[in-house]
Amino acid sequence: MPLTDVSMTINGKAMSAAVEPRTLLIHYLRENLGLTGAHIGCDTSHCGACTVDVDGRSVKSCTMFAVQAAGASVLTIEATAGADGKLSALQEGFREMHGLQCGYCTPGMIMRAHRLLQENPNPTESEIRIGISGNLCRCTGYQNIVRAIQYAAAKMAGLEFKEAAE
Amino acid sequence: MIPGSFEYHRPASLSEAIALLGELDSDARLIAGGHSLIPMMKLRLAVPSHLIDLAGVAELKGVRLDGGELVIGAMTTQHEIIANDLLAQRAPILRETAELIADPQVRYLGTIGGNVANGDPGNDMPGLMMALGASYVLHGAGGERRVAARDYYLATYETAAEPGEVLASIRVPIPPPGHGWAYEKLKRKVGDYATAAAAVILTVSEGKIATCAIGLTNVGGTALFASDAAAAAVGTALDKPVLTRAAQAATDIAQPAADGRGSAEYRAKMAGVMTARALTRAFARARS
Repeated sequence: MPLTDVSMTINGKAMSAAVEPRTLLIHYLRENLGLTGAHIGCDTSHCGACTVDVDGRSVKSCTMFAVQAAGASVLTIEATAGADGKLSALQEGFREMHGLQCGYCTPGMIMRAHRLLQENPNPTESEIRIGISGNLCRCTGYQNIVRAIQYAAAKMAGLEFKEAAE
Repeated sequence: MIPGSFEYHRPASLSEAIALLGELDSDARLIAGGHSLIPMMKLRLAVPSHLIDLAGVAELKGVRLDGGELVIGAMTTQHEIIANDLLAQRAPILRETAELIADPQVRYLGTIGGNVANGDPGNDMPGLMMALGASYVLHGAGGERRVAARDYYLATYETAAEPGEVLASIRVPIPPPGHGWAYEKLKRKVGDYATAAAAVILTVSEGKIATCAIGLTNVGGTALFASDAAAAAVGTALDKPVLTRAAQAATDIAQPAADGRGSAEYRAKMAGVMTARALTRAFARARS
């Protein structure tokens, strides 16, 4: 199949690569553009490690063809920290609350949590757990990931993070 | 996993999509959210030579009222179904069911049209559409026609849609105010297909069930319309013997496969348990 140019805006920059229609978005990002922050975990749309943001929706990029995202605005983990290296509220939350151990799921977790907090800036614990139910973590047992997202929600609201009583 | 090669088409209108279906090879496939088709393509269980992406067809989007019916565009996503206030007011079982489908990422892209159209008995919306008495609007080169959800499913992945037809919208008769509803789904984990599930829509008059319709998910080659189970509940105040009879009637029509979710016998039994639970919750929600 001949290659076609597929262009989209990624992390605010216009980017383009010549790919086959069957090229998956995750391969386009990692192999054509060198953006290796989004991970390939299960490759079957279960684990969420490949989650990126496409036009304001959390998307498992192993289950979308790059050509479907042509013209879209895409955010990946690479754009999360500031240009000066300053961590985002979510990244800081994952560091402070020990929201990762091996770190494999973290890019997908943070991109999913980013969209969740955009839609619901003050989620309950239950809403966080439902919100990240498409992202699997095999290390943490999720407890500290939930705390990390609560930390980020508080920080983004200009509040100090206080843990709810057990 | 790399899918087979295909040529990609992105029509801007429904008529253009129908024309493409007519011109291209017979193995051309429509793609909506892609969350059933792309996994099948990655496993090479589907190897279409052409994909016709409906994402650019604006007329397939959105929810509106038309007389006594809700008209839901086929490209409306599960995420949009959950967020839609009109649906939440008039047919809240749609939100309750959509929230149990897959996970947030899948619901951002997965569409209601794709869920009902492909004939996968594991999908949750077909059984619900049977319970609601919905119909599907199919558009083809010869015009449009409507097929009742209860008549649409012939066998696994085999439906009443003809080659060249596009399922454009779903028409849901608005259930009466005060109706009772429930979707009960037994599953092993988030994202799993149902071990068994039941959708119930009923009305109550003077303390007794006046009308009732039940659809079952993933306990047969297609979604199942459980008319005997519903008939067992009508005219009653749903006491325990009635629930037992209704559950047994649902179990009796279930023909699930044995799989990782359990033996065929267990899953058929669970079809009855889900029916009894959904009836109980729907009855409690209904107002006379």
